[in-house]
Amino acid sequence: MLRYLVPLIVFLGVAGFLLKGLELNPREVPSPFIDKPAPSFSLPKLHEPEAQFASKDMLGQVWLLNVWASWCVACRSEHPLLVQLSHANIVPVYGLNYKDEPDDARNWLRQLGDAYVSSLIDYDGKVGIDYGVYGVPETFVIDKQGIIRHKVIGPVTPSALDNCVLPLVRKLQQATAQTVVKRTEVEGCA
Amino acid sequence: MIPEIGHFALILALCVAVVQGVVAIAGAQLGIRSWMVMARPAAQVHFILVAVSFVCLMYAFIYNDFSVEYVASVSNSMLPIQYRIAAIWGGHEGSLLLWALLLAIWTMAVARYSRNLPLDMVSRVIGVMGLISVGFLMFMLFTSNPFDRLLPAALDGRDLNPLLQDPGLIFHPPLLYIGYVGFSVAFAFAIAALLSGRMDATWARWSRPWTTIAWSFLTAGIALGSWWAYYELGWGGWWFWDPVENASFLPWLVGTALVHSLAVTEKRGSFKNWTILLAIFTFSLSLLGTFLVRSGVLTSVHAFAVDPERGVFILGFLVVTIGTSLALFAWRAPKVGLGGRFSLVSRETFLLMNNVMLVVAAGAVLLGTLYPLLLDSLDMGKISVGPPYFDAVFLPLMVPMIFLMGLGPIARWKQADLPDMASRMKWAAVVSLVMALILPFVMGEWFALTSLGFALAFWIVSSIVVSMSERLRKTASTNAGAGVLARIVALPNAYLGMNVAHIGVAVFIMGVTMVNTYEVEKDMRMEVGDTVTMSGYTFRFDGVTEVEGPNYKASRGQILVTVDDKTEAVLFPEKRVYFVQTMPMTEAGIDSGLFRDLYVSLGEPVGNGAWSVRVYYKPFVGWIWGGTFLMAIGGIFAVSDRRYRLASRKRKAQKKAAGQPAAGQSVADQTTAPVQSMERE
Amino acid sequence: MNSLKIGIVLLCLFVFAPPAFAKEAEYMVADPEMEKTVNAISEELRCLVCQNQTIADSNAPLAVDLKNQVRDMVESGQSQSDIIDYMVERYGDFVRYRPPMNTSTMLLWVGPFLLLLIGVVVLVVNLRKRTTVIKNDGDLSVEENERLQRLLAAESSAPAAKHGNLSSQKAGEEKS
Repeated sequence: MLRYLVPLIVFLGVAGFLLKGLELNPREVPSPFIDKPAPSFSLPKLHEPEAQFASKDMLGQVWLLNVWASWCVACRSEHPLLVQLSHANIVPVYGLNYKDEPDDARNWLRQLGDAYVSSLIDYDGKVGIDYGVYGVPETFVIDKQGIIRHKVIGPVTPSALDNCVLPLVRKLQQATAQTVVKRTEVEGCA
Repeated sequence: MIPEIGHFALILALCVAVVQGVVAIAGAQLGIRSWMVMARPAAQVHFILVAVSFVCLMYAFIYNDFSVEYVASVSNSMLPIQYRIAAIWGGHEGSLLLWALLLAIWTMAVARYSRNLPLDMVSRVIGVMGLISVGFLMFMLFTSNPFDRLLPAALDGRDLNPLLQDPGLIFHPPLLYIGYVGFSVAFAFAIAALLSGRMDATWARWSRPWTTIAWSFLTAGIALGSWWAYYELGWGGWWFWDPVENASFLPWLVGTALVHSLAVTEKRGSFKNWTILLAIFTFSLSLLGTFLVRSGVLTSVHAFAVDPERGVFILGFLVVTIGTSLALFAWRAPKVGLGGRFSLVSRETFLLMNNVMLVVAAGAVLLGTLYPLLLDSLDMGKISVGPPYFDAVFLPLMVPMIFLMGLGPIARWKQADLPDMASRMKWAAVVSLVMALILPFVMGEWFALTSLGFALAFWIVSSIVVSMSERLRKTASTNAGAGVLARIVALPNAYLGMNVAHIGVAVFIMGVTMVNTYEVEKDMRMEVGDTVTMSGYTFRFDGVTEVEGPNYKASRGQILVTVDDKTEAVLFPEKRVYFVQTMPMTEAGIDSGLFRDLYVSLGEPVGNGAWSVRVYYKPFVGWIWGGTFLMAIGGIFAVSDRRYRLASRKRKAQKKAAGQPAAGQSVADQTTAPVQSMERE
Repeated sequence: MNSLKIGIVLLCLFVFAPPAFAKEAEYMVADPEMEKTVNAISEELRCLVCQNQTIADSNAPLAVDLKNQVRDMVESGQSQSDIIDYMVERYGDFVRYRPPMNTSTMLLWVGPFLLLLIGVVVLVVNLRKRTTVIKNDGDLSVEENERLQRLLAAESSAPAAKHGNLSSQKAGEEKS
């Protein structure tokens, strides 16, 4: 008798997974860099192209790296929030100007306000590839040791900022070299 | 007004479907004749209502009624009329309506061509199909109404996706859906058998022609889709193991197993449970495909617009339909007899092995398709499962199956003799091995897999030659005067159809082997007058002109193909930009031949009037679809077998003589039909 | 006169024999053999922004960038596994169309063959059981048959017993 129930049981199991699958987003790819060192790079700054910015200069600080471009429509929607964030002076935000014409980028910032301490020109997108960027915008949270602790895929929303990014940033800022803070400790980041 | 009529007809159709489902099945279970006779008229009314609804939607498309949201989302006033009609199934809502329409048509066909089945069986079958329709109509009305209005109306539509603006859209989805939905007949017969408790050879006999027809349509539909992708996507691939392709391939694999297992159940009364289970699986996988395409759980190039609410609804429908069927199976199956005895070496066993291989292959495809979802839902990371995986696991499963395919048809029912089979097949084995070794050298390059492909193709063909010549030798005495061809034609259509389908498999394998091994591809930078030569063909680029289509602008290249300075073909690959969705599309220029396709696709302008042009020489690529269509034709041919017609003619004669209504006829005389057929085979 | 003739001949040559003037087209890439390797690797990699395409098949900007990256790496002499590792390091296993073999994908790779094994074992066990259950060359004994008919009649409200499938089936087997 029991063996005739096997097909039913197997089917119900599959259906359970399918139900769970409905809640998932198949297009969101988690970054393999979480809790790994941020790839180091050195790039010219958007506003003073002769000066270089090196990522290792940021060691000892918690910072955000926001990947953006003037051709990116979604960046337009998140930008006001980033401008607000920069006024709050909680955490320095750096921009990675991804595959963009520097002139367009500067114009864009002039129109929408500049949220960045500095924007870095990634003209051919090589640093983007190093960071596993697959769409713009993306935002990385990097800790004092230069470890990537979180990545926001797509525009940063007010709720993502308040529930995940900012609490995580505060914890990271309080942490010392001996205490490791992971994003799993912040509820909103799950 | 017209869209409201369509909407209303759909609501009425739902009500009728409920009656059709509930009353017909309840009547059959309770033995109430007056309820059972409701089934046929209900199926007719149901069909008329769905058809009215479909015509209303068609009207809205033809007359560009952009106050209907669905029309506005997939059509445009500039769209040529044939695509405006095909656009009906170019999106989620309308394709569901097509589903419902085809289901209604199949139900009608069952009602019409089952006059000689017992009434309770017919009402159960029609009832089950009615319940399936209830699910789909509810899905449409509650989550995906194609008649929803858009206020204010759009000035013009957002247009059909340019990828779909192709004759392929006119034929591929309807054929595919006829196949998917057709399996609902096999499913309904299986459920009817479970409900009645009569799981014998007769239900197999009844559902077998239906199943084979559905299978043939699905086969043709898949082949057409593959061909469409081949010429439309611009790089000449023909199968991508995309989740949605897999979703159509799964019911095909299990349906193929079902077609074979029905043969055994009909002829020998064996594997009844297994056959019923396969019928349930086949249709369940069709439904699962619907879920995968429309719920957004998987990413695919085919996916429709995603809406989680729809996903939940279909999943619920799936659980109810499949869950109930499998529960019914678990309840009824243990009481089913084992059927006729057969020895470990017999055609029965070969067919069972074929079933195991096909079902395992389907299991592998299903596993690969759902595995990313499985891992993700367990929070174990995101992975992709693509062509390299499927190629790696599918091939090893298919090779033994193809080998068995050569043996099955020459094995005897009940008891076969291995040494005897080996001696009958020794020439076939020699021929296929020799061809496998020689052909690659004729073609110029040897690879192990290429040899394997040739060996399998020739193994199938030569085993058919063995089987046919044995048959003909038997008929030689009775039919001495007739020529070979006449004697071949005189063989039963079921037998010929099987062989045609099997030759189709061989042709398909040849095509795949040839094109995978000996395809030549060159990516060139061509100025006007430049030539490139490959495999004896010289391609000369004669420049690009701007042309205008009904709703697009195109850069059309002209390429002259010559062999020894004689013109072989002129190809016109295009690069189109459609006005509304401004999406660049490539249209390959193809010269198809029996033994090769010449395939040219236009890339980008690269300065100085030069273009990047990709040129392919694809040997035997047409055999891939030719073989698949042979499989479909073989299926249809098998259904046209005399015994199906004979039996029905005989029954009609009896009916006249006895003056009985068809439905009240006893089943006993029908069970004699398979007996007759057994004598011949 | 002569010059006219020459002119006509030249014209004829020009009009009727263009291939004589045509030159061989150049490859789009400097090294077509290497491009085959680039394509083979690209076909293993998933375009992350596309619906479901390899970076070889896609024209999306990211796919083109990644393909260029693959080409650069092939040019600098890196192997296929180096390049795939490079991509996985940045985009995770999601980027591979051939999933790696590890504990979480074990079932994926072994599954089909495990299924085959189960299928064959179930088949053989069932066939063996059949041959012992169905004794004496053929169908159920008369008593068994009657009992089954009674059971079927009791189980089902439908007229199963009248229908008599087993007997008709038996008749069929005798004939065949």
